[in-house]
Amino acid sequence: MKTSYYRRIERFKDTCIRGILFSSALCSILITAAIVFVLFYESIPFFKSVSFKQFLFDKQWTPLFSDAHYGILPLICGTFLTTLIALILAIPLGTIMAIYLSEYASHKFRETLKPLLELLSAVPTVIYGYFALLFVTPLLQTILPSLSGFNVLGAGLTMGIMIIPYVSSLSEDAMHAVPMPLREGSYAMGATHFQTAIRVVIPAAFSGITSSYILAISRAIGETMVVAIAAGMQPNLTLNPLEPAQTLTAYIVQVSLGDLPHGTLGYQTIFVCGLTLFFITLCFNIVGHSLRKKFREVY
Amino acid sequence: MVTTFKAQVQNLHFYYGTVEALKNISISIQEKKVTAMIGPSGCGKTTLLRCFNRMHDLYPGNRYEGEITLYPEGKNILDPKVDPIELRMRIGMVFQKPNPFPKSIYENVAYGLRVRGITQKSIIGEKVEESLRYAALWDEVKDRLYHLASNLSGGQQQRLCIARTLAIDPEIILFDEPTSALDPTATQKIEELMETLKEKYTIITVTHNMQQAARVSDYTAFFYLGELIEFDKTENIFTNPKVKKTEEYITGRFG
Amino acid sequence: MSLAALVRRNKQYDFWFSVISIMCVLFSLLALTTLLLDLALEGIPRLSLNFLISFPSRFADKAGILSAWVGTFWVMFITAFISIPLGILSGLYLEEYAPKNKLTQFIEINISNLSAVPSIIFGLMALGIFVHSLHLGQSLLTAGLTLSLLILPIIIVATREAVRAIPTSIREASYALGATQWQTVKHHILPYSFGGIATGVIIALSRAIGETAPLITVGALTFIAFLPHSFMDPFTVLPIQLFNWISRPQAEFHVNAAGAGVILLTLTLLMNAVAIIIRYRVRKKITW
Repeated sequence: MKTSYYRRIERFKDTCIRGILFSSALCSILITAAIVFVLFYESIPFFKSVSFKQFLFDKQWTPLFSDAHYGILPLICGTFLTTLIALILAIPLGTIMAIYLSEYASHKFRETLKPLLELLSAVPTVIYGYFALLFVTPLLQTILPSLSGFNVLGAGLTMGIMIIPYVSSLSEDAMHAVPMPLREGSYAMGATHFQTAIRVVIPAAFSGITSSYILAISRAIGETMVVAIAAGMQPNLTLNPLEPAQTLTAYIVQVSLGDLPHGTLGYQTIFVCGLTLFFITLCFNIVGHSLRKKFREVY
Repeated sequence: MVTTFKAQVQNLHFYYGTVEALKNISISIQEKKVTAMIGPSGCGKTTLLRCFNRMHDLYPGNRYEGEITLYPEGKNILDPKVDPIELRMRIGMVFQKPNPFPKSIYENVAYGLRVRGITQKSIIGEKVEESLRYAALWDEVKDRLYHLASNLSGGQQQRLCIARTLAIDPEIILFDEPTSALDPTATQKIEELMETLKEKYTIITVTHNMQQAARVSDYTAFFYLGELIEFDKTENIFTNPKVKKTEEYITGRFG
Repeated sequence: MSLAALVRRNKQYDFWFSVISIMCVLFSLLALTTLLLDLALEGIPRLSLNFLISFPSRFADKAGILSAWVGTFWVMFITAFISIPLGILSGLYLEEYAPKNKLTQFIEINISNLSAVPSIIFGLMALGIFVHSLHLGQSLLTAGLTLSLLILPIIIVATREAVRAIPTSIREASYALGATQWQTVKHHILPYSFGGIATGVIIALSRAIGETAPLITVGALTFIAFLPHSFMDPFTVLPIQLFNWISRPQAEFHVNAAGAGVILLTLTLLMNAVAIIIRYRVRKKITW
């Protein structure tokens, strides 16, 4: 019978396609497995020649010098310092704008401004690097003449501008999702927009706002080009944002640009840095995940 | 017994953009009585209710025409010069679906006080207990005041929303179909509560449920397609309606 | 305090908050325009036909971006070729086919974690796997593969969101007519979600076109004076060229960097604009 033959072919096709789709979905697991495998595979030989104690507590990172030191602290310090500066700019600014867009602005204003703000994160990061080095730093130098050409402050502030939309857009989404009756309940008590936003909308959207912060933090920690271009290439254990410093990511770039032979200790250091970076972002994601779980939206 | 007017609506028209949702409404609200507004969906009863605390101001494109005079001072509250926020501090509202804030039970009731800038713990604590007692919720929640309000049952949440309103001593309480999301037992509790509340407060309630209007209210207004069809003492409306449309509605011929 | 005074005080907070917010908005927009203007003023005068058809050079005024934009074109082609089918298929599987079990849940968590992994880590992975284990070398293919994997999560998430927006009733109507799952997907799900998926794909590609860090780790060259003939040839791309010029101390090369930046930024913004237009038109057209 012709129809049943046709149906059988269709059914067979259906099964094959299901198989193909399933294998593509498995790809993402393969990628993660590959990342974890490579990072560990290349890092293990490193830890055979360098002790954990030196890695965690030595105050210098000079793997490429003849007097080699392998203390990760200066790079971690650089990474956190740039991230901190970026967050000091992006979190207040992004949150305030999110509240304004969600609770005060008209529909039209919001729909215009949101895509404009999102452009800030669409600009390639290497262009932000250009901006940090050739515009932001010279601008800062007119106020702080002692500022060196490569510095943490300029790179951090530029990164802050770059991550504003992660905070503003995602927080706004979370606040906008708070149901209107909840707001009306507050307005009906005689609350102002500000009181409603602070006391009702923000607590209700807390988990979404937290996610936006966590995403901004992971972006800042993993950001590479801005710091590689504008923050300098010297590992520097300092909390002074006016000095140059190197981040984990910038170090990886620095070594990749050179020509270190595969299999040497110097080559392995970039995977060790990668592993450290991976570990730090993973921690933030886990913290974010548990915060989201704890404060899941309960409208 | 002498009754006095708490509010008077005069020739009120209301527009959502260009759509006229209320047409020339005039109605008087008696002090410390329950006034019920009934009518089929879309008749404008909720729209009128939300005029009393100017909730419509929250959305662009809404327009009032006419007057609502609030006594004792006799001011027109639809006047653009009247601040809706100040108005809402005097007029409480309970919504169709319970909408407790995502905070503790205690903080929900304390909210109105905090909005008024009151910070003394003793005053707030006293007021919270008093309001919860008055809303007949105290015994059920006194051991878990600091738990999230969302853990309460629907009926408890609605009584919490009433307590929240009571905490600020409003002059009028607006009820917007307060029992439509609740089961019969919870509904009965809210109705009993309204009975006690009218000793102190003026109540305006919107309801879908005619039996409820008959049970709880002193005055009933029947709306149809944005117009006030009939307004009288509840017993008259339900036993001896003067307009044919009202009779058809309350006998269930449409709606 | 009287009620009126109280309200006046409360509204004062409202007012000052609005003022501060507007200042924040203005600051952000100012930052955006400064960034664009700074680049444009420096870079546009440098643009010329010669700039587009010259290879890099030791002399700043003779250097051009020919090998860079050709490389970008090749890499983007490979990236699109791999990531688009893979991303859409995974998204479809997760949203339409996947049973609700531990494995599916694991894949989902995995994808959301992947999208938070810094891009340079993808570069390290590609260096270990593609360059050294699979011996693909520091080639166009490696670069394309690296960027594909990097943007895969974005495409998957966009596909899922677009597919999720289609009401169940449409699926049920199709099944009720005796369609198989694939027929339903082919005739209904894919066409109706096309706009959303296309938007996601373009946004993902616009991110890939500006990526620099992972390509540095897999060994992009900064000085290429020939055009590639096959996927296995060494490569450079616009952002790498840009980075190279910024890192030089001479100001003349910074001007070149600005010129390349103008081109790169124009490409990125164009792609974003197209995505916004598609999203806007789809939202207007489809009503369930």
